[in-house]
Amino acid sequence: MTVREGLLALLNEGPRHGYQLKTEFETATGGVWPLNVGQVYTTLDRLERDGMVRVTEGAALPGQKVYEITHQGAQELGAWWEAVPADEPPPRDELMLKVLMAIEHSQEHGLNVVTRQRTELLGLLQRKRRERAAQGDAGGLAARLVTEALMARAEADLRWLDRCEAELVQQRPTGTRDEGEKR
Amino acid sequence: MTDPALQFSRVVKSYGSGEAEVRALDGVDLEVAQGEFVAVMGPSGCGKSTLLHLAGGLEDPTAGAVFAHGRDLSTLDAAGRAALRRNDVGIVFQRLNLVASLTAIENVALPLELGGMRAREARPLAVAALEAVGLRQQLDRYPDHFSGGQQQRIAIARAIVGGRSILLADEPTGALDSRTADEVVELLAGLPAASGTTVVLVTHEPRFASWADRVVFMRDGAVVDQTRSTPASPPAAPDPEMVN
Ligand SMILES: Nc1ncnc2c1ncn2[C@@H]1O[C@H](COP(=O)(O)OP(=O)(O)O)[C@@H](O)[C@H]1O
Ligand SMILES: [Mg+2]
Repeated sequence: MTVREGLLALLNEGPRHGYQLKTEFETATGGVWPLNVGQVYTTLDRLERDGMVRVTEGAALPGQKVYEITHQGAQELGAWWEAVPADEPPPRDELMLKVLMAIEHSQEHGLNVVTRQRTELLGLLQRKRRERAAQGDAGGLAARLVTEALMARAEADLRWLDRCEAELVQQRPTGTRDEGEKR
Repeated sequence: MTDPALQFSRVVKSYGSGEAEVRALDGVDLEVAQGEFVAVMGPSGCGKSTLLHLAGGLEDPTAGAVFAHGRDLSTLDAAGRAALRRNDVGIVFQRLNLVASLTAIENVALPLELGGMRAREARPLAVAALEAVGLRQQLDRYPDHFSGGQQQRIAIARAIVGGRSILLADEPTGALDSRTADEVVELLAGLPAASGTTVVLVTHEPRFASWADRVVFMRDGAVVDQTRSTPASPPAAPDPEMVN
C-alpha cells in the first residue's frame, strides 16, 4: 500500500478534508504508519492533478479544502483491492539472508546464528503475547490485528529457523557433536 | 533463599554402552525457580523427554545430579521416589493416558489412593483439582465421554492433585487440535499464579512456548540458549502503571 492508495480508500467512504484524512489513516493502520499533514497534502495534490480526486464546494471552515473521489479514482482503488501482493522475485528477507550467509561460512556458524536469532524472536513473541494480554479489548481492532500480524510473522520465522536447525544438525558429519559450539 | 524447584547439575544420561552408547543428555545445567513456568524446545531426539524423566525421578542420571526442592533424587530409595511422584512431582504426557475403566474423579484420585489415602478423603481433593482445571460437571463419567482437550485437563488434574508443586508436561498438546491446545497451554500458564505450581513444558510450538516465563533451547543433549526469565504475572504488582 502507498499513502495514495490509503487516501483513496478513505475518500471512497465520503468527502474528507486533509487533517481528517491524516488521523483516519493513522487509526486505520493501527498506529504503525504516522503521517505528517504535508505528506497528505502533497499526495492529495498529485491525486487531484491525475484526476483521481477533486475539491468540493461546501467546506465547513473558510480556507479548508474538502476532497472527494472521482469515478477514475474509484476505478484505481478497485484495481488496488483486486491486486494480490506478489513475492516474485523473492523478497530480500534480512533474517533469511543472514542465515544463508552464516551457513556459507560454516555449518557451526550457521547453527550459532540460528540459535541466537531464534532466542531473540521467541523473546519478541513472549513480549507481544503479554502486550496483547495487557491490551485486552482496549486499543481497537486495528491495533490488535497489528500485534497478531507481528506474532504470526515471528512464529513463521521461528518455524523456519527450526527447519534450518534440523537440516544443519542432520548434515553435520558424525563425530563433530562434541566439538561444536558447546562451551 | 529458597531452593530452586528443580536443579540439574552437569547431568549426563547415557543409554547403552560402547559402540551403541547414546548420550541423551550431555552435561545439562539448569535451574527452575519455584513458581516459574519454563518451556523447553529443541529438535526431536535432543533429550527433552529424558530431561523430564530425570526430573520426575523415573530414571537416574549416569553422571551429575538432579535436585527437587534441594533434595538429590539419586539419594531416594524406591519408597522415597514413589513419595516424590505422589507428593511433589506430577507428569503429563502427550498421549491421553487415563484409565478407561475409572471415572474422571477416580482417575484423579488414583495417585492419592495409591499413596494410601482413603477414597472418602481423596474424592474432595480430586474434585478440587478438577475444578482448578476448569472441569465441574459430569465428573462421574468415564474418559471416553470427554473430548480430547477435557481428557488432557483431567490428566493435568491428576498430575497436580493433592497440591503437588511441580508439573512436568511432555508435549501435552500433541494429540489436540490447535484451539483446544491453546486452552490447555493457557491453563498451564495460569497454574503458577493460581497455586504456586512450577511448570516445565516441553513443546515444539513457538506459540505455546511464548506463554512461558523463560524458554530453554536444547540441542544434542545440552542447553544451548535461553530467553531471559520475565515472569508474566509478578506476584506483587499492585499498580499496573508501575509495571512498565
Ligand atoms: N530408553 C532408551 N533407550 C535408548 N535410547 C534412548 C532411550 N530413551 C531415549 N533414547 C535416546 O536418547 C535421545 C534423546 O531422546 P529423548 O529424550 O526422547 O528426545 P526428545 O524428547 O527431545 O525427542 C535420542 O537419541 C533417543 O533415541
Ligand atoms: Mg520427547
